[in-house]
Amino acid sequence: MTAGDAYALGLAVLFAVAAGLVGSFALSKRLLLASDVLSHLALPGLGIAMLIHINPLIGGATTLVLGTLLVWHLEQRTGLAADVTIGVVFSTGLALGALVTPHEHLLEALFGEFQPLSLPAFLLGALAVGLIILFLYRFRDALVLSLISPELASATGVNLSRLELYFLLIFSLTVLVGLRFMGALLASALVILPAATGRRFSGSLSQFLLVSAAASVLAVLIGFVVGRQFFPALGLGPTIVLISALLFVVSLAFGGQQRAGV
Amino acid sequence: MGTLLKVQNLSVRFGERTVLENLSFELGRGEVLAIIGPNGSGKTVLLKALLRMVPSTGTISWAPGTQIGYVPQKIAPDRGLPLRVREVLEAKARMLGLDRSEVGKVAETAGLGRELLDAVAGLLSGGQFQKLLIAFALLGQPNVLLFDEPTASLDELSEERVYDLLHHLQTERGMTVILVSHDLSIVFRYATTVLCLSRGFTCAGPPKEVLTPAALETLYGATPKYYVHHGEPPQR
Repeated sequence: MTAGDAYALGLAVLFAVAAGLVGSFALSKRLLLASDVLSHLALPGLGIAMLIHINPLIGGATTLVLGTLLVWHLEQRTGLAADVTIGVVFSTGLALGALVTPHEHLLEALFGEFQPLSLPAFLLGALAVGLIILFLYRFRDALVLSLISPELASATGVNLSRLELYFLLIFSLTVLVGLRFMGALLASALVILPAATGRRFSGSLSQFLLVSAAASVLAVLIGFVVGRQFFPALGLGPTIVLISALLFVVSLAFGGQQRAGV
Repeated sequence: MGTLLKVQNLSVRFGERTVLENLSFELGRGEVLAIIGPNGSGKTVLLKALLRMVPSTGTISWAPGTQIGYVPQKIAPDRGLPLRVREVLEAKARMLGLDRSEVGKVAETAGLGRELLDAVAGLLSGGQFQKLLIAFALLGQPNVLLFDEPTASLDELSEERVYDLLHHLQTERGMTVILVSHDLSIVFRYATTVLCLSRGFTCAGPPKEVLTPAALETLYGATPKYYVHHGEPPQR
């Protein structure tokens, strides 16, 4: 393994930790699907960046942030049901992305590609993950209160609308870190699946966060080994997602905290 | 007994709909104010306006140093949430910069035993969850408690316990209580002042003076059945 590969794998593991943690809150807030839509909004940005030959991540980041603000604005201002917002934004983002992405790069944009990373790129990604973890630590209490009751959170002084926006932006940042090797379609899968697995084994928030992050890291590590060994021509995204799904199936057989409760 | 709360010309509108219009009243320290009225008369909105959770016009003046605890109307938490009661209380304690030991104290006051502290919040029974809400409201040592129909959907025994606790907090700790209630028996039993809300009709004063059959007929459109307790409220 080259140094570039090691940096790429290191960042993938850090992304997995962030995805597991963010996913735990997204699942609890019942925001998984709404958040999932955001990752698809990176596609038009990736496509445009590839078209004009700039760093795809810059394009992805731009449309992700703009899309996040759009989703938040639609939720706050129009009173549209969440599934309407999801439907509109998802289809538009995907169609626009498919139109502008150069054909030869479409698969890479959708499903990602495992490429060696430079040290500065690794450090930038690690910094983003640090920011995500710092946000969750700083706002964990406000998030907990908003989970149990938005009304109680608001009465305790939590600005719910601002918290929602921050959370969506942090979700977007998480997707952005994983975008390069998971692709626009699958980056959010690592936020969703490990959290679903973690939920099956957890009776408290701290357990939930820990198990989700561990399930996510496990999926990346196993996916890396299996993908490189058996599917070297494909990106690692699909393998990692399938391993994640497998872990969830295992959790169905062995997890049971949700039913057992206390 | 000083004035704790002064409300003048309070109005709340949601778009074209006026929920409260030019409402004025005062509340002294240590009083129990019951807000009554038919459904849709703006009782919950008034509490939220007092908490500044909804936009309003007019003035709401709390005495300096007032700390408010709020027990909302029945909450149906997500049963699948992996949140323990302790985690919920500790989250608020941290937000208020309180010592973790405060959680144990309020839990004890609200009757939440150790086993309930370690239970998943979404799986508590109605009465147990109400205790959690009361413990939550008590964090931060409030001197005024706002209760929005504190016993809605509780059985009679749980309801009795909640009101005993409320009475204890008022008499032993000198807390001021503002409660929304549909139960006139409770209003007569515990309230020192009552505020009636109905479209175009408001009344305020001691329950036995204000809640005449004629006033109740105007308020509800019929005279509700209720039982007036003549004895002292039970001691806890």
